[in-house]
Amino acid sequence: MLKLPENFESYAEARKAGFLRMKDWKEKGGNVVGVFCTFVPEEILRAADAVAAPLCATSEEPIPAAETKLPRNLCPLIKASYGFALTDTCPYFYFSDLIVGETTCDGKRKTFELMNEIKETYVMQLPHSRSEAALESWKGEMIRLKEKLEDFYGIEISEERIKKEIRIRNRERKALLGFLELGKLNPAPVSGYELGTRLDGLGFNFNIEERCAVIEERTKEVYEDWKQNFEGKPSRRPRIIITGCPNSGVRDKIIKTVEELGADVVGFDCCNGTREKVELVDESMPVYDALAKKYLNINCSVMSPNDSRMRYIEEMLEEYQADGVIEIILQACHTYNIESHYVKETVTNQGKAYLMIETDYSQSDKGQIGTRLEAFLETIEK
Amino acid sequence: MDHPTETIYYVGIDIGSTASKTVILDETGTVDSFVLPTGWNGRETAQAIREKLEESGYARRMRCVATGYGRICVDYADKVVTEITCHGKGGWQLFGKNVTIIDVGGQDTKIIKVADGQVSDFLMNDKCAAGTGKFIEVMATRLGASLEDMYRLAEAGEPLAISAMCTVFAESEVISHISAGEKREDIAAGVIHSVANRVSNLASRFGISGDAALTGGLCASSYFMRILSEKLGRPVETHLFARYAGALGAALTARKLG
Ligand code: SF4
Ligand code: SF4
Repeated sequence: MLKLPENFESYAEARKAGFLRMKDWKEKGGNVVGVFCTFVPEEILRAADAVAAPLCATSEEPIPAAETKLPRNLCPLIKASYGFALTDTCPYFYFSDLIVGETTCDGKRKTFELMNEIKETYVMQLPHSRSEAALESWKGEMIRLKEKLEDFYGIEISEERIKKEIRIRNRERKALLGFLELGKLNPAPVSGYELGTRLDGLGFNFNIEERCAVIEERTKEVYEDWKQNFEGKPSRRPRIIITGCPNSGVRDKIIKTVEELGADVVGFDCCNGTREKVELVDESMPVYDALAKKYLNINCSVMSPNDSRMRYIEEMLEEYQADGVIEIILQACHTYNIESHYVKETVTNQGKAYLMIETDYSQSDKGQIGTRLEAFLETIEK
Repeated sequence: MDHPTETIYYVGIDIGSTASKTVILDETGTVDSFVLPTGWNGRETAQAIREKLEESGYARRMRCVATGYGRICVDYADKVVTEITCHGKGGWQLFGKNVTIIDVGGQDTKIIKVADGQVSDFLMNDKCAAGTGKFIEVMATRLGASLEDMYRLAEAGEPLAISAMCTVFAESEVISHISAGEKREDIAAGVIHSVANRVSNLASRFGISGDAALTGGLCASSYFMRILSEKLGRPVETHLFARYAGALGAALTARKLG
């Protein structure tokens, strides 16, 4: 019998509902693998009949608990995720059969060791460059992950099955990209706040077909509304691209605020944006080669060097007709923080405005961030 | 009734965290300026400013732009603009050339690059009072000194090391200096040096283009100016009116409103 956490009765309604939904899913025989990062190939998890439950936490709430074990000076995303695991308050972690982590940044890499004490955490060894040797070793990691899942669940995973999942996931990428690239329309057809919130919401619907249908429907709706009501009516609102760390935990503080101040957030160069979706998995290649290639090309700052991110930002500036870029750095995220040097250079070389905000999940800098965003927009206004 | 011949006054109000500055312009130049302490209630300060403007007759026909930490408290303003843009505009007017403005305020420190009359880039210190006027205020209270005393004491002292990164810890460092019987002069010098250090680190990391200029409350202290320029390794200029740079920028913006 599946058990609920000890403190279940004390949880808020929404959290209780999340737990009950997950429990129901598991009781029907669904496998659940918890993941943190877009580098983990969902295709292989799906081929093991498992859903990928997103564990990246966005809330301040479990951080004090996490800080009993982790240093304070650590990325809030890691602290919050670990805090949820520690306190049994995240249904997705709680009901995961297995966690699949990856060696992206040092903070996560070492935290997985601690996490493994709470629940088995398998770690994929991601190389941090894009050489031939790296590709070879990353391909080996794809195969090892498959073997791990076969072992763990006592099943066999065929290449045919993985091929099928690749097709399904490619279709999903196109659907999500279609939605996110609505931001290329000028004037902006939909708020950046909505683009981000909807995408996050989808992650918790485990039926991929439904996920695609919902988002395609919304894409159509927005596009038609734009055609009818906005096309050809220029807007004076500055167009902003968001880049940097995952931003769901600071969406209200930054994205909502900048839109309230009169700008449109049109594009997202981040792993909860278009970054993972722009390149599909090559369906004509052998599966493990194809997966390794695609997943090694993700433009995350843990890669070194990471010039392709700069080229992508240049492209985005043009295609989204952006006026400026706001880079969001989560406190203590060294890779993005250091790489921001090149991002700033890339953006200002194109004659566009750039602002970097380093922040965490607390509300203490809300007022100051507001002022900085306002001043940033004033420099664009001119 | 409007009198078309009557002068229009362009009023810039900068509600800072400790002091509120007001500058009044007409079409040709500066007509008047004054400072009031902000107190704990920005709205009351804004009201007090309004009364002063009325007494002097500026309020009869004015265009008003508010800026600063408490800018939204000025409910009679025609427009609110951030202190960054205003410091940029005011600084350009005062210094008349491309400068990097270092504004050490009561609540935060800003570095603002001004090129061709516009803000080209800026940086604000995040979430931290060390390296702001607030820090000096807190430490002055600890030493039982007024702000003016603080600079006077510091000038006569040999700086003690205060290395903590944060006001709360630095305060305990100061307390241990006090209980160790260190001279007040030396502690005061240590405090000013530590603020100058933080400000200069912030500015150097961001990069200084053009000349460096100091605005905000601290530019009144020639001692602080000297130490800062030593730490930066370059001359730092200021202007008699530098305290009013934000308010001046706001007034100039008001003039643009027409
Ligand atoms: S930012 Fe990089 S490491 Fe972090 S979740 Fe995204 S892809 Fe993974
Ligand atoms: S935001 Fe940076 S520090 Fe945080 S998990 Fe992602 S890569 Fe690591």
